[in-house]
Amino acid sequence: MNFDYNEEQQLLADSVRRYLQKDYDFEARKKIVASNEGWSAAVWAQFAEMGLMGLPLPADYGGFGGGAVDLMGVMEAFGDALVVEPYLPTVMAARLLGKHPILSSVAEGKTRLALAHTEAGARHRPGHVNVVARKTGNGWTIEGEKKAVAGAPIADMLVVSAKGPDGVALFLVESPSAEVKINAFRALDETRSADIVFKGAKAEKIDGGLAQIEDAIDFGTALVCAEAVGAMKFACDTTLEYLKTRKQFGVPIGTFQALQHRMVDMFIAYEQAKSMACLACSKVDASANATERARSVSAAKIKISDNARHVSQEAVQLHGGMGMSEEMKVSHTFRRLTVIAEQFGGADYHLERFAGLQ
Amino acid sequence: MDLNYSAEELSFRDQTRAWLEANLPKDLRDKVANYEHLSRDDLLRWHRILAKKGWVAPAWPKEWGGTDWNVVQRYIFEEELGYVGSPPLIPFGITMCGPVLLRFGTEAQKKRFLPRIYNGDDFWCQGYSEPGSGSDLASLKTKAVRSGDHYVVNGQKIWTTLGHYADWIFCLVRTDSSVEKRQEGISFLLIDMKTPGITVRPLILMDGAHEVNEVFFEDVKVPAENLVFQENKGWTVAKYLLGHERMNTGRIGASKRELAKLKDFVSQRNIVDVRFKDRLTRLEVELMALEITNLRFLDTMRRTGQPPGADVSMLKIKGTEIQQGLTELMMQAEDPAEAAAIAGSLGPRYCSMRKTTIYAGSNEIQRNIIAKMTLGL
Repeated sequence: MNFDYNEEQQLLADSVRRYLQKDYDFEARKKIVASNEGWSAAVWAQFAEMGLMGLPLPADYGGFGGGAVDLMGVMEAFGDALVVEPYLPTVMAARLLGKHPILSSVAEGKTRLALAHTEAGARHRPGHVNVVARKTGNGWTIEGEKKAVAGAPIADMLVVSAKGPDGVALFLVESPSAEVKINAFRALDETRSADIVFKGAKAEKIDGGLAQIEDAIDFGTALVCAEAVGAMKFACDTTLEYLKTRKQFGVPIGTFQALQHRMVDMFIAYEQAKSMACLACSKVDASANATERARSVSAAKIKISDNARHVSQEAVQLHGGMGMSEEMKVSHTFRRLTVIAEQFGGADYHLERFAGLQ
Repeated sequence: MDLNYSAEELSFRDQTRAWLEANLPKDLRDKVANYEHLSRDDLLRWHRILAKKGWVAPAWPKEWGGTDWNVVQRYIFEEELGYVGSPPLIPFGITMCGPVLLRFGTEAQKKRFLPRIYNGDDFWCQGYSEPGSGSDLASLKTKAVRSGDHYVVNGQKIWTTLGHYADWIFCLVRTDSSVEKRQEGISFLLIDMKTPGITVRPLILMDGAHEVNEVFFEDVKVPAENLVFQENKGWTVAKYLLGHERMNTGRIGASKRELAKLKDFVSQRNIVDVRFKDRLTRLEVELMALEITNLRFLDTMRRTGQPPGADVSMLKIKGTEIQQGLTELMMQAEDPAEAAAIAGSLGPRYCSMRKTTIYAGSNEIQRNIIAKMTLGL
């Protein structure tokens, strides 16, 4: 039993945190979000330079073969700083690429990926896939619509789930193109996302089906749990600071017991979330079977969905009017945590999934 | 990061579990499983079985009968006690008075009291709360006046758990009423329950059980040698004890057993209501989160050697909420047509468990502690 990061994990998390504090503070982030692109190529290059892109990739492709626990500290730092660059979409899609040669370019930071899986009405059920893959000569074409594909406007390649003659399969598609129409938008948390229409897009079939998709989603869910922990920590710390400095009735508002107890409950929610993120990431890396992994990830996501909402709502409430202001970072943390609460399924979805895996 | 116990810890757990399974008398196990009343003899019988094995006071120093287990082993042992469904180890002697004497007692006090606590010769209770002093403990009024080689004690204690079984009571008493800071005039006294002038009166709780009492003191003569630590420094002792009292309030082993029971119950009664099942799952997840949090704290303790800080209050808050949630769901899972069964056992159990968020420092007091000690508010 040991809950610490090992030395390498800690060093990496520290260096990412230091970099973000220096070059990705709230003001710098504001400029990035306000830019046309909505992300920063320079930041991305820095991530690659620090080895973050290669971290979860196989060693043969310039990677380090890291697992979810290796990424935890990085994701916590991202949650704290509210990083909008499409790191999670890239590493999730990369997980499905096995030993595809394109991974070398991903590790170098030259290729960004996105996982085009969600469809209208799927409501997180992984098997809900209506996009169709057809065999044409010695290749494949993709037809249909994907929704809310995180990172898609920035991605060079998409990993697409589609129904083929043998059920749900995975395909690699270049993006954008005449046959891949990207309808980009900014999500509630200011990250870049897109709805995508495939009109006979040329595709390369890659190994894997539903089981691999579920694995990638559990991996992504565990990582987003870790990101939530970082965001919740910021929300708790900044709210505590506010309670100590904001004065009303001639005293700091943190002297009021009604607020103290709510602050304590936020703190407890954060600690519980952290415990569950540890569980999810460890079980993604080392589980006896897919059921054990899925149960642990769903249990974690139930708690993290509930607690992300609780902590973010309370953080805004305890800041009063200031919590509503766009000028305050806490309002952006609120938006990110609101998205995280439902990302890869909210508490209701995971309650059902968990109960079905008894 | 590795959330699993080591091979050594697992084998320790398996051995502990096997021994407890083999040595817990069936009648006691059944009584606990059926939420039946446990007599003084029941409690002491189990205490003595553990004492004979050398496991009744694992945290004590080796010379006084401790086991020399590390914090993780002690935690595993406590969880296994809960999981096997043993009678509760009465904390007043082993985890409260004992550690106080070990930390603050004179050699004579240690020699006189510790072996008798260990062997279950003396049954102890705790004299803290008073009618006017609950959460605001420092306002206590029970008075002890020094007169020659004795103190003369007058006043009243309340909510005295198992006071009607007790041979001895450790009390916080006021020895100086003139001090400005109320905490400074309090002393820690050990009082023989057979001393003339002590009256124990039962307080029956809403589940119908006799567990707590009022204890009245009328000109009770207590030898001065029964003072622990210095006169007027009892608050220091009480604060030290508070840390001990809250060490094992997560009650995770017992809650795991109750959860397994509840799940069995739910499947036997074929409950398909998704809303009920969602509440059950949420509770299960709460328990998972609490267990991992508890292990995280233990891991920190083991590595830093630091005693748990105020964050442990969180284990009390969450642990008791889960205990209550389990009894609530168990009662609701029963077929409403079985009102007789509900009135007989599940209902009273539900009623009784409401105490958990009130006793040992109410959950609101625990939040005050976290706010002050951890958050600096």
